[in-house]
Amino acid sequence: MLDVTPKKIAERSALRINPLKTCQPVGAMYAALGVHNCMPHSHGSQGCCSYHRMFLTRHFKDPAIAASSSFTEGASVFGGGSNLKTAIKNIFDLYDPDIIAVHTTCLSETIGDDLVTYITDAKIPEGKIVVHANTPSYVGSHITGFSSMITGLMHYLSQNTGEKNGKLALFPGFVNPGDMREMKKLMTLMGVAYTMLPDTSAVMDSPMTGEYTMYPKGGTTIADIKDLGNCELSLALGEITSTPPAESLESKCKVPFQTLPLPIGIELTDQFIMALNHFSKNEVPYAIEEERGQLVDILLDSHKYSQNKSVAIYGDPDTVLALAQFTLEMGMIPKYLVTGTPGKAFEEKATALFEKYGMEGCTAKGNADLFELHQWIKNDRVDLMIGGTHGKYVAKAEDIPLVRAGFPIVDRYVHSYLPLVGYKGGMRLAEMILNALMDRQDRDCADEDMEMIM
Amino acid sequence: MGNENAVLPERAQSIRYSECSGDGSGIKCEAESISGAVSQRACVFCGARVVLNPITDAFHIIHGPIGCASYTWDIRGSLSSQEEGYRNSYSTDLRERDVIFGGQKKLAAAVDEVVATHSPKVIFIYATCIVGVIGDDIDAVCRDAEEKYGIRVIPVKSPGFSGTKKTGYKMACNAIMNLVTPEFLPEKTLGVNILGDFNLAGEMWIIKNYLRRIGVKVVANITGDAKVDDLKKAPTAQLNLVQCAGSMTYLAKQMEEVFDIPFIKVSFFGVTDTSDSLMRIAYAVGDKEVIQRAKVFIEEEKNRVLPLLDKYKKNLIGKKAAIYVGGGFKAISLIRQFSEFGMNTVMVGTQTGSKDDYEVIQSLVDDDAVILDDANPAELEAFMKEMGADILVGGVKERPLAYKLGVAFCDHNHERKHPLAGYEGTLNFASEINLSMNSPVWETISQGGKENV
Repeated sequence: MLDVTPKKIAERSALRINPLKTCQPVGAMYAALGVHNCMPHSHGSQGCCSYHRMFLTRHFKDPAIAASSSFTEGASVFGGGSNLKTAIKNIFDLYDPDIIAVHTTCLSETIGDDLVTYITDAKIPEGKIVVHANTPSYVGSHITGFSSMITGLMHYLSQNTGEKNGKLALFPGFVNPGDMREMKKLMTLMGVAYTMLPDTSAVMDSPMTGEYTMYPKGGTTIADIKDLGNCELSLALGEITSTPPAESLESKCKVPFQTLPLPIGIELTDQFIMALNHFSKNEVPYAIEEERGQLVDILLDSHKYSQNKSVAIYGDPDTVLALAQFTLEMGMIPKYLVTGTPGKAFEEKATALFEKYGMEGCTAKGNADLFELHQWIKNDRVDLMIGGTHGKYVAKAEDIPLVRAGFPIVDRYVHSYLPLVGYKGGMRLAEMILNALMDRQDRDCADEDMEMIM
Repeated sequence: MGNENAVLPERAQSIRYSECSGDGSGIKCEAESISGAVSQRACVFCGARVVLNPITDAFHIIHGPIGCASYTWDIRGSLSSQEEGYRNSYSTDLRERDVIFGGQKKLAAAVDEVVATHSPKVIFIYATCIVGVIGDDIDAVCRDAEEKYGIRVIPVKSPGFSGTKKTGYKMACNAIMNLVTPEFLPEKTLGVNILGDFNLAGEMWIIKNYLRRIGVKVVANITGDAKVDDLKKAPTAQLNLVQCAGSMTYLAKQMEEVFDIPFIKVSFFGVTDTSDSLMRIAYAVGDKEVIQRAKVFIEEEKNRVLPLLDKYKKNLIGKKAAIYVGGGFKAISLIRQFSEFGMNTVMVGTQTGSKDDYEVIQSLVDDDAVILDDANPAELEAFMKEMGADILVGGVKERPLAYKLGVAFCDHNHERKHPLAGYEGTLNFASEINLSMNSPVWETISQGGKENV
């Protein structure tokens, strides 16, 4: 960091330096915030809850509400049952949500708290709901926690009543409210009736009204989550993140599912649109076709500036994979793809992508960290980096332009309001990438090479 | 007591109108938070981490699952004059296997890997929540590593659940004592230690510069911009200056006992506190020349800064401030500072204030001011509205809350990028408050239909 990274790469098996992931509960909290009138609840020490709220607040620049069981020495010895019982009572008394979404922490998991029993034994007021997800911090990453909370919500609530509702169940993946809005826009344009879980739009990007509401307007309603069991099909966007919830909905309510990568760039958005078309049998409206055409036009106009530029992309697995595909569409070389999230799927999918585009000399690694990426870059540099804020020290040390995309972005504004997905998101990404590359060209060129028209 | 709806019955004892209690004994504080409250408090690990993190040439290995390392990675704006290694995040990233079979081996291997790539003088190893539960003996790992490499490897026992953030401060202080305690008590030199300044946005440098100007030598900075070798000289100082009382009084008392170093509490927030503190330091050091120099210096600075402050003051007079910060000492400083600007503090709360702090706070605010301990967003919202606060001073979680309510905000937490200490800091503070309260953005909001934002 700020360049104390040695160039020589030493094998590490025990030490994680500069992580590209965080722990499950923060993902679970984010998922729960995408449920209407929901209070996320952290069953563990107080610090976890504060850290997670802070982490989300830094990225979204919006309040992230959540309560904590506030474990003490006593709870860690005798179990957190009484803490949770008290918490449930207090939350309903004081904050009056419709639903409490409890997630666990490494501490409550390690001492073996049995959440199912605790919740069954708790006094829950008439018409109120408590659900939970097991989210041990020592398994997976925040991505896993996000998936687990979606699964937990459906496990408690979704029912197949035998009457189909004609809707598509959409799992949007670990994306920003701006992305969710774009997905909803496209589904509406395609005439698809849908339920999206979670939906953090109008929660984590809520407008300024002069009023503070603990539960903003947005979020998937409990009625809709219950009704997920009657959907015709579920569509999981971001295969690594969204496949587990789609599978659980299938096994619980017999809803068939389809998985797709996050719809970033042309081909992946095409796939999303075609899946919607397949579902609704509606023609693709001209408005969508026009957007696609505009994006293709942009890529054509600008290909000279992106062609053969090498890029390092780091962050969450589905986001990195989809971004990589888009850079390939721009004629770039996704030389390094890294995620902190463990699991083999990431490397397999990345390798398949390299093969599909005939890329040689590109490397992908899951369960990796930023320190390692920095060392790779030191030994063989790239023209551009794409990822969250934490890469900025690497970018500065190696003097490489950085495009911020993904999670977390804690040093910029507006990013969470606007999409990366869809053709519109593609235009935004293309603009960011081209600006970064072309600003750099302007900065580095000799005076006599400075051009007004590029 | 207004706002019954926003307050849990159990919380009622932790909230007071200043007049209710009369002697400060009325507020319930330093207690465990209630389960289910949306508390703004952090944990033991967080307390330990923020105190030790600024030691620039130490290596900080967090033994636990990845989260604790991720959330505390370079979040303090503690600047360094040389080393930057402390701004990296090192962790054992414990996985399920480690939880089942124990993480001790992995920790030892992590120490080996740090030593292999860097040449650390000191390694701090933080134990997080589950380390004790899974039975890892970090003391043993530290002992073995010290023997193996001949460096200091110091355990920091900070499982999150084992108290409040304050407990973490104590653990950090113990670790510092562990590091600086020599075999034999050294000769005293002329000079002071600064305890409890973390060099946020370079504040330690501002304070050190003042001391240089009045002729007082600084032996060790604890822990802002600290280096291990300087820390080890700490026992030779003649006096300890305690700036963040919440985190460092405990260390000062230990140093008094073990090294025979007296301490005074100082504050460099605001013109009054800064001037008073400099004079008290000068008298405590007791050198005539220093006292004279301090007088002259303070006079010069006041003459320089007060006219500049007056420029802001006309925008600030009569405005109402709300404060929600971590420690009581900072809250007290802030109340005084607002008074300097002609502003009235109508609500004040802390996460970890002590009874003594609350007594002082009560003596500084009006009878109808609200005082809260360990508040939650619902309470903050209710009382800011009720009291008609114009600005909230707080940290990262309070910022969006204030903005959503249409209340201006000033970050006084450890993330801030502007020094708020000393005379310069006071100017920055006034300018920041002025900027936030008088930003044109409020005009655009009231055009949106809500007239009284």
